[in-house]
Amino acid sequence: MTTFEEPAVIVTPPHTLAPAQRALALIGGDLTEKSLRLHLEGLSGVDAVGLEARASALGTRSIKNASKVRALDTIIGLIDLTTLEGADTPGKVRSLVAKALAPDAADPTTPRVAAVCVYGDMVSEAVRALGSSHAVGSDSAGLNGAVNVAAVATAFPSGRASLAVKVADTAEAVVAGANEIDMVIDRGAFLSGRYGLVFDQIVAVKEACRRADGSHAHLKVILETGELTTYDNVRRASWLAILAGGDFIKTSTGKVAPAATLPVTLLMLQVVREWHRLTGERIGVKPAGGIRTSKDAIKYLVAVAETVGEEWLTPQLFRFGASSLLNDVLLQRQKLSTGHYSGADYVTMD
Amino acid sequence: MTFLDYAPAPESTAILTLKPSYGLFIGGEFVAGRGSPFQTISPATEVPIAEIASANAEDVDDAVKAARLAYETTWSRLSGADRGKYLFRIARLVQERARELAVAESLDNGKPIKESRDVDIPLVAAWFFYYAGWADKIDHAGLGANPRALGVAAQVIPWNFPLLMLAWKIAPALAAGNTVVLKPAETTPLTALLFAEILQQADLPAGVVNIVTGAGSTGELLVNHPDVNKVAFTGSTAVGRAIARSTAGTGKKLTLELGGKAANIVFDDAPMEQAIEGIVNGIFFNQGHVCCAGSRLLVQENVHDEVVERLKLRLSTLRVGDPLDKNTDVGAINSRAQLNRIRELSTVGEDEGATRWSPECVLPEKGFWFAPTIFTSVSTSHRIAREEVFGPVLSILTFRTPAEAVAKANNTPYGLSAGIWSDKGSKVLGVADQLRAGVVWINCFNQFDPASPFGGYKESGYGREGGRHGLAAYLQAADTNSVATITQIKKAQSK
Repeated sequence: MTTFEEPAVIVTPPHTLAPAQRALALIGGDLTEKSLRLHLEGLSGVDAVGLEARASALGTRSIKNASKVRALDTIIGLIDLTTLEGADTPGKVRSLVAKALAPDAADPTTPRVAAVCVYGDMVSEAVRALGSSHAVGSDSAGLNGAVNVAAVATAFPSGRASLAVKVADTAEAVVAGANEIDMVIDRGAFLSGRYGLVFDQIVAVKEACRRADGSHAHLKVILETGELTTYDNVRRASWLAILAGGDFIKTSTGKVAPAATLPVTLLMLQVVREWHRLTGERIGVKPAGGIRTSKDAIKYLVAVAETVGEEWLTPQLFRFGASSLLNDVLLQRQKLSTGHYSGADYVTMD
Repeated sequence: MTFLDYAPAPESTAILTLKPSYGLFIGGEFVAGRGSPFQTISPATEVPIAEIASANAEDVDDAVKAARLAYETTWSRLSGADRGKYLFRIARLVQERARELAVAESLDNGKPIKESRDVDIPLVAAWFFYYAGWADKIDHAGLGANPRALGVAAQVIPWNFPLLMLAWKIAPALAAGNTVVLKPAETTPLTALLFAEILQQADLPAGVVNIVTGAGSTGELLVNHPDVNKVAFTGSTAVGRAIARSTAGTGKKLTLELGGKAANIVFDDAPMEQAIEGIVNGIFFNQGHVCCAGSRLLVQENVHDEVVERLKLRLSTLRVGDPLDKNTDVGAINSRAQLNRIRELSTVGEDEGATRWSPECVLPEKGFWFAPTIFTSVSTSHRIAREEVFGPVLSILTFRTPAEAVAKANNTPYGLSAGIWSDKGSKVLGVADQLRAGVVWINCFNQFDPASPFGGYKESGYGREGGRHGLAAYLQAADTNSVATITQIKKAQSK
């Protein structure tokens, strides 16, 4: 007589994720790779044509006179003045900091930028150069002329390194005095569907942002939207970054084309608005790379004000990652006060 | 001041040079009208813009005679290529004078300058370019070789897209070889008269296009004139029905583009952010003065609350005000009469038990204004769910299954347009197939293109405008017995 055995049901135990507070609250107690995936894949889709049409409609707003004056000063106060070159030297960083503190040598009423953004090994130089203007903690950029130091970390820009290296990279920058960390996500892992890995890494880096006194350096999570390619991916990655604890979601490293675009930034603002609607919590957005003119930057301000609201137009909730943008804004600013255009030699190199 | 209080950015009216009064455009000249003239006003300020002539029966007769003469002596004898040249010339002149036309349109109609500048006028040029291309290809209009023009076309257009509706009517008529007498709406004659100047500039042979202004009675005289061969009307269903009755048995060919009560269907798997934009665009574009407006929002019940909440957030960022300000999203209601109708139907909506909501917005004191309004808890039996409001008023209803969505969408005497929002292709195509509407927009709304035929089912009218179908509406198949056709064939053979 033959006996039949029940076929074995093989269940892989779910991979449990790091217990990030937001994800626990929103997705629920059994936070696993699977529950995260179900959440991300259940988000409503993005219609590319509609998104781009809305972005271009926002771009047609006509900002004149008093509104333009206000917009230009707002833009300066939201800039992360950036140098991220292999050729960066202490001298270059000092020059950048000098520019951050006095953007327009001829006009002391010009506001300061929000932060300088450098590689991790340049943080101490930037902190030294800022001196008493270096902001305390993470939330005081822009207050009383305080300027933050932001460091790119986690094997920027590719992110291709072990987690241990990424965490060490981050911790070193925080110890050196960085108020903000701009990390990159592992796009390879994201594109191959390993959302849990990306999530756990963000949680680990966030933990590495902790200072000795228990406070955190702010964490900006760079999605590198130019490599994610589809708007649906950008939307998922934005949610993932917020759930894992990012204080800011940032479009790009600036090393990959396309970098920030208005539709991508609008999409990320929509995610942030949705997060706020659901939880009451405000997340920052930072478009970076490719924004070079005042005219373009004003379109971003409009998109912010009309999507998430004007209260987002503070350095705590919105930044421009840019280098050449500042000088164009200064030229426009001079034009508004003098009535005529000057030229590139009337603003300083940094 | 907050950043969102954008400083005023008014479009300059300096580019627009208007005459204090305009006559009728008959036989290539402006002539005085014999009816009593009237003022056209700016609905945003109630300030008069110009005095407009009114055509009486004799004037209408003169216009039809001029059109008949032009048809017989010049236009029908031109080759298609030559007709095309005139149409291309008109299209280019419209582009050259685009800003001026946009300012005039916003001034006279009350629509925001960004719409007249970015939608209306570019589409007007596109329509003339498109049909210019058809003029020497009418053999391919679907009526066989050597189709014939109809003769004189009487065209009566509405006030919601004054110049665009003119283009929809005149461009295919001329391309097919007809001549035209057109009557613009009483409240928005201005751009049609500027267009008459463009025709003079383009050297269009006298009488090929004639424009007679006046009230509804002028339109009535025109469509009932015994010597017109074709009547094309865009406007209300009530007037369309009267025209159908009066032209019955006269041999006049007729196209009617009438009212609508379009369903905009939002499924729970819609790309939600874009759906919200599409809902806003569907009903608040052009103050809702759109026959194909998505005035009935059908939302799947499980996402109703979310959609309404998001929609309210979005509506509170709409900027209502000066039509000539480049940042205005919603302009003025076109006339006091229309404003009264919108107010009346909205009151009815409240009385019937629907919940009314509008964002906080300060409306100007002068002029005709109505805040964007949504009604929730609307039932299919409510008048605001049945009747065309033709204003910025949205009725929100729910459905549970695709089958119910289709049934509710089709449950209307109208059938002009519909919208579907879903990320699932198979569902979208399945639903679109079952909707009885002339135009179905998928994940978008209020998109127009000259190559795409537009028109309605049921009480939304008959015939199509745009595309090859729009051209065929101004043609008849060659009658092999007719002298004209035989002459044409001989002519073609001798070439």
